[in-house]
Amino acid sequence: MPEAAASPFHSRMKHQFETLAQQHHADTLGMWVFLGTEVLFFGGLITAYVLYRTAYSAAFAHASLTLDIVSGTIMTVVLLGSSLTMAMAVHASHLGNRRALAVFLILTIVLGLGFLGIKGHEYYQKWEDHHIPGPGFVWDGTDARAAQLFLYFYFALTGLHALHMIIGAGIMGVLLLQTALGRVRTYTVEVSGLYWHFVDIVWIFLFPLLYLVDRHK
Amino acid sequence: MPSTSTYYKIFALLMILAFATTGIAFIDLGIFNPIVAMLIAVTKATLVVLFFMHVRYQGRLTFVFAIAGFCWLLILLLLISTDYLTRAWLPIPGAIPPMGF
Amino acid sequence: MAASTEPLVGRTPNYLNAEHSVKSWLLTTDHKRIALLYLVSITLMFALGGIFAMLIRIELITPQGDLLSSDSYNRAFSMHGIIMIFFFLVPSIPATLGNFLVPMMVGARDLAFPRINLLSWYLYIAGAFLMLYVMATGGVDTGWTFYAPFSSLFSNGRVTLTVLAVFIVGFSSILTGLNFIVTIHTMRAPGMTWGRLPLFLWAHYATAVIMVLATPVLAVTTMMLGLEHVFHIGIFDPALGGDPILFQHLFWFYSHPAVYIMILPGMGVVSELIACFSRKRVFGYGFVGFASLAIAILSFLVWGHHMFVSGQSVYAGMVFSILSFLVAVPSAIKVFNWTATMYKGSISYDTPMLYALGFIGLFTMGGLTGMMLATLGIDVHVHDTYFVIAHFHYIMVGGAVMAYMGGLHFWWPKITGRMYPEIWGRISATIIFLGFNLTFFPQFIAGYLGMPRRYHAYSPEFQVYNVLSSAGASILAVGYLMPLIYFFWSIRYGLRASENPWGATGLEWKTASPPPTENFEQPPIVLEEAYHYSDEEAPIA
Repeated sequence: MPEAAASPFHSRMKHQFETLAQQHHADTLGMWVFLGTEVLFFGGLITAYVLYRTAYSAAFAHASLTLDIVSGTIMTVVLLGSSLTMAMAVHASHLGNRRALAVFLILTIVLGLGFLGIKGHEYYQKWEDHHIPGPGFVWDGTDARAAQLFLYFYFALTGLHALHMIIGAGIMGVLLLQTALGRVRTYTVEVSGLYWHFVDIVWIFLFPLLYLVDRHK
Repeated sequence: MPSTSTYYKIFALLMILAFATTGIAFIDLGIFNPIVAMLIAVTKATLVVLFFMHVRYQGRLTFVFAIAGFCWLLILLLLISTDYLTRAWLPIPGAIPPMGF
Repeated sequence: MAASTEPLVGRTPNYLNAEHSVKSWLLTTDHKRIALLYLVSITLMFALGGIFAMLIRIELITPQGDLLSSDSYNRAFSMHGIIMIFFFLVPSIPATLGNFLVPMMVGARDLAFPRINLLSWYLYIAGAFLMLYVMATGGVDTGWTFYAPFSSLFSNGRVTLTVLAVFIVGFSSILTGLNFIVTIHTMRAPGMTWGRLPLFLWAHYATAVIMVLATPVLAVTTMMLGLEHVFHIGIFDPALGGDPILFQHLFWFYSHPAVYIMILPGMGVVSELIACFSRKRVFGYGFVGFASLAIAILSFLVWGHHMFVSGQSVYAGMVFSILSFLVAVPSAIKVFNWTATMYKGSISYDTPMLYALGFIGLFTMGGLTGMMLATLGIDVHVHDTYFVIAHFHYIMVGGAVMAYMGGLHFWWPKITGRMYPEIWGRISATIIFLGFNLTFFPQFIAGYLGMPRRYHAYSPEFQVYNVLSSAGASILAVGYLMPLIYFFWSIRYGLRASENPWGATGLEWKTASPPPTENFEQPPIVLEEAYHYSDEEAPIA
């Protein structure tokens, strides 16, 4: 069992546990089980996407080119940065440094919101270009059907991801509030950090899957 | 638990890999483009899991829990491929055409 | 073996009388109270599913579709399947017996995450209410399998709301599994090594692994189905170049492991019952425990056997067929070990044992017919016939429900502090066994002879089998009503139970019946192996 680092932000021991270390171990494992379910949740969609991309590789490549690789790369960098600030926030909470914790939480939230802003802009672009699958779809090329499939996956995958990011930002907001009120607990920050990093990992896979299909062509 | 300098170093590595994956996408490696992209993604994810999520510093049980979901996803991907990769081998009259495979 | 007739002195404080307000029940975090909340809800849903079953069986007495139109019949069997699977069988043993016993069997005061446990019940209730609303407003006609493109593009039933209900109740399942996994890993009492865990816990651990890994795929698939139904655009639509079989792949990736979610806990119960009523340790404990894990893992590798005739690749079919043969092995290992446990044991035929024995026989029959279905050539002939229906009802009703009943009877004194009337227990177990076989055995024959499933009318040559089956269903219904009545009766008038009326091993029997809120006066320490039955430990007569 991992040793709980010494910190003034002690967790309260819940009655069903015998020791705080046991509680922390349970909390960590519990979050990992939940993240495991998320892997399979996104994974079902990703499996479907992989199959269709293999089947309609030319059309998917064509459609992928309509995604802006520059904003995609910026979003990746922003999210990786937010993972760094999250890790620093957890580190600060272990050391009991309330001010540093607050600063890094704010940075994490700002970077997360920045990501969402760029994504929102992308969605708006797609709407303007009539690339939303459905009745209003307009496509330049003969592979309109497969292009719609690609864009369906694009919106479903990034939309689901964005939803998770919004929830993550909300959680960070709550942690920030707790920090300001002096009621934050180290272990809550640590476990919430796991969720944030996971959402980052999902994007680490979504970016090459969606944006980097045959770019060299 | 890792030090802040470890976090910065890992971040630097992640940034390099992020730019690398974008850059390599413009080079024609044929069949290897998606493979390299995925390998880089797996590397980045591993770095985040091991260092930012502290799995490197915790017991084997945490590591097993962390990896289980990905292993199960692999099962889904591999077994479902047995259908899609082999459907064209024996076309059944009247069956749904295999999506262009 | 009879319960102790010594009356308890006074009424000691326990989890039932700790607090009486409605709020203390609806906002409880006590795993035992949550188990009872689930017990009530699940029983209600079982009754509802049973009503739809009666509609089906009444319709099928005559070959013509005279009671229900074909559209209404479609809705009836769909509701029957959806309710029985998602709202009864999947939660049944884990959410009632599992929630009650997992903490006690590991020697803990509660599960790892009590509030998440309560949340899982509320999610269940939310899903159930949605389903009730769906029922009241026309129901859904897609079958519990929701195959695309009918469900996504053409059905005029309440598809979106139904898949939403299934989505919600799926999370209830995931949270239960999450709780069990973490509890069993981190909260075992001192001395409770993995090798000393009761097999009930091994079975629930394996079940929890399946719940956690399979259900998310169902969630994302139902989500995609719902989106396609609402927006008329989706990846299962052939008009866009989509593949409807992909839906089947993703659906069955959950739904096949789901059937093991439904049977594994029952196997765990049976291990406990056989050991106790043979007064013997389970033969091959290690084999049985690892067989549970093997079933959990292998269950993920066989889903394509539901799709042999769907248009799936023949070669994939071969792969799935071989793997399906493999998954039968650990189940068979368990049956052999239970049988060996009974050999030279001191058998008594109390009600729980009757159910356990029924389970072993009926599950074996169901399992063997499963192997027949896994055979590609046979499946082409019997797919979508009553043969399949008989197969899975032998496992689900002859297996899982009988194990559930056996477990309820066995742990009833622990849960309520009262004994049920043993004579009525044995009578109803017998009625259920006879009624069950009369209901479902003729269906094997009808299916083999070609009667298709999901049809409200059928060719007249099948009538005799259907009449027998419907007669059996009425008997089965009586058999299920009896425990409902005497369990209620026992709460008020049953003999008060001692700590350990069965003389069974296990930490749950080392505390009062019903237990105090904190389960144990002092945290237990485990010094013995799981089934330390010996001749000296004969129960109080």
